[in-house]
Amino acid sequence: MSPALAVITDRTLTYQQKVAGLARVGESTESPLRIGPELRRYIDAGAICDLYEGSAPYRPRYIVPDYERFMSRGSAFLGLEPPRDIWEATAALLVLYRHVPSITTFPVYLGDIDALLQPFVADEAEARKAIGLFLLSIDRTINDSFCHADIGPDATAAGRLILELTREQKNAVPNLSLKYEAGRTPDDFAALAASVALEVAKPSFANHAMFGREFRDMGLGDYAIASCYNGLPKGGGSCTLVRLNLAKAAPLAAGLADFSSRVLPDVVARQLEYMDERVRFLVAESGFFESSFLVKEGLVRADRFSAMFGIVGLAECVNAFSGGARFGKSDEADALGLEIIERIAALVAAHRTPLLAANGGAYLLHAQVGIDDDRGVSPGCRIPIGEEPDLPEHILRSAPFHRFFPSGIGDVFAFEPTAKANPRHLLDIAKGALASGLRYFSAYAADADVVRITGYLVKRSEIERLGRGEQSLQDTTALGRNAVNNLGVLERRIRS
Amino acid sequence: MIPDPAAEDVVARGVVAKILPFSAVDGPGNRAVVFLQGCDFDCRYCHNPETRAACIHCGECVPACPARALSIAPGPGLVSWDPARCTGCGACVAACRHDSSPKARLMEPAEVLSALSRYRPFLSGITVTGGECGLQPEFLEALLRESRAAGLPGLVDTNGSADYAALPGLVEAAEGFMLDVKAWDEAEHRALTGVSNSAVIASLRFLLSVGKLSEVRTVVAPGLLDAEETVGGVSAIVAASGRAVRYKLIRFRPQGVRAAWRDIPTPDDATMASLAAIARGAGLRDVVVV
Ligand code: SF4
Ligand code: SF4
Repeated sequence: MSPALAVITDRTLTYQQKVAGLARVGESTESPLRIGPELRRYIDAGAICDLYEGSAPYRPRYIVPDYERFMSRGSAFLGLEPPRDIWEATAALLVLYRHVPSITTFPVYLGDIDALLQPFVADEAEARKAIGLFLLSIDRTINDSFCHADIGPDATAAGRLILELTREQKNAVPNLSLKYEAGRTPDDFAALAASVALEVAKPSFANHAMFGREFRDMGLGDYAIASCYNGLPKGGGSCTLVRLNLAKAAPLAAGLADFSSRVLPDVVARQLEYMDERVRFLVAESGFFESSFLVKEGLVRADRFSAMFGIVGLAECVNAFSGGARFGKSDEADALGLEIIERIAALVAAHRTPLLAANGGAYLLHAQVGIDDDRGVSPGCRIPIGEEPDLPEHILRSAPFHRFFPSGIGDVFAFEPTAKANPRHLLDIAKGALASGLRYFSAYAADADVVRITGYLVKRSEIERLGRGEQSLQDTTALGRNAVNNLGVLERRIRS
Repeated sequence: MIPDPAAEDVVARGVVAKILPFSAVDGPGNRAVVFLQGCDFDCRYCHNPETRAACIHCGECVPACPARALSIAPGPGLVSWDPARCTGCGACVAACRHDSSPKARLMEPAEVLSALSRYRPFLSGITVTGGECGLQPEFLEALLRESRAAGLPGLVDTNGSADYAALPGLVEAAEGFMLDVKAWDEAEHRALTGVSNSAVIASLRFLLSVGKLSEVRTVVAPGLLDAEETVGGVSAIVAASGRAVRYKLIRFRPQGVRAAWRDIPTPDDATMASLAAIARGAGLRDVVVV
């Protein structure tokens, strides 16, 4: 069966999923990218992978609109005036979301929704109803879990309502981050967030001090958390994400010396070359930046777009060269892991593309969480599931890797359901983790229906529905099911 | 033999059974738990029997260790434990017939705190338990003081056998106490623990009177104990004190208990709910079932 006909006749796909699937089939009929034989070899070996981003990129992979600007000016293209009350505010955002493209066809960033809505919270009961419908609409119309909203670092009435409604509704979408900063985010607000996380696997805790400082230092100003846990410049985004699969690169070397002197620098150079080519086509040929109303109305700016250099499978790469010592357990293995990441970071930082102004044309490192058909490849720099050390040890061993990845890295921890009785326990651990250098901390209780797969959220009940051959509203349910089967994500060590 | 900690020198040292860096269930927030070795009760349902007695260095556990973490030192023949080799498998504790563990160590408060220092950003405080930590009052007080000075206030988890009214320094150094009241009926308490409950009830009254009781607990084991009477008796005293104290009702669970007691059933939700209703009916607001 042809790829198009396979999509058309698939009983488990909704209409929307078929439209998106057919768009991918259509895009794949064009191959305008220049891919040399050396790069092709790495792609064929699985060492370099564009994560099904498509053969002819016609929109940036991740778009992070400046929703504050939209709320204050409205949109001429959409014929919208600035909103004046909570109903107009939530409606305006829902309208705009429909027109924010991304790799998933759905928006990957919905805004710092507490700060966006707070000016319109007048009557609490009315705000609760409006925000409740807003969140419900998001879950039912943005049918993809790589859709992310941010709250914090300050506590607001809107933020509290969002957390309470998140707990009531128990939806997988949107993914949610609390930008947490010690000394700024109040304890009771953060404790509410922790208790909601134990029920619905969100929000995660993002290290606001760390992100804020780095984005300032890069001259990028305000940042947002989008998609899984991707730190990106607000009012911009990322043109592309290509990943280096270290687990697949390791076997291409004759040993550690060969890996570090020959394979690693070469594969990094080829990946940079591939990213340059994807950026070139998007910026110079696709016409996105000349035609999108988002650009014309200043909701995104070309000079605030970077691109993400992803890595995955560090643990397996380190283990391949460590003669029995295990990443996450042995100090020597962890030190080798750090050395590899430092090396990659230096090579990536030294490379500039003239096509992108953000961060001086240097790409941002990203610890990629994997794709659903990965097998035996651990996300980013994570310690493999099944080998996780005790919780304190796990956090302290993971923390040193986080500073290298401004565009995202995170660890996920599963807790005993009994932890719900003491959400301050989780808050203490999250605070300690961020204070120890963790960039992004996610938790869920082992009995929750909504679970964090790698970076995105899926309902177990929806996975079961798909298992019965029925359709699931969210396209990410299928990814979650495969990740459960291939990566054992439901086998994470449970912390008591 | 383990030297008498109090007689050693001016620095109070204590016999520490183990240190758990993170706990969700030993007080508010995330707390490190310090288990002291030795207990004066012999509860039939004890969940940590290996913390009851001092090690007599009989050496029987040494060959049981698959990791060769245990050895008998030449000379006085003391059993010693190498934490670097230990995998935490528990075989030594299972092999010990004396309710002890070769892993208990004589420590100074500063050593305990230095073992916890890397976890400092993650902790709300420490909880000292046992065994029965009230049996090493000098060490307990010193540990609480040093821990508080390091920014980690300490809760004391006790069976209430110590005469806390005679230990004002210790009481002052503690952030609060969590007290187990196992049985209200004197004969039942004796049958369960081997000793009278009069000291426990006195501790309950005293700690309430000085405002240092944070939590009182009762383990519910159907068929073994009359939980209704105990919950009723405790609730009446707590309610009369007017203090806001949490009452935690704990389901008996067979994990970790001695083999003979693993068949005692875990109480069902209805039993726990009716006990919680008794406590609430007496006027307690903060009643938790776990
Ligand atoms: S722990 Fe038990 S078995 Fe081992 S030496 Fe001490 S008393 Fe003997
Ligand atoms: S727990 Fe006991 S038996 Fe097991 S490795 Fe450690 S010392 Fe040896």
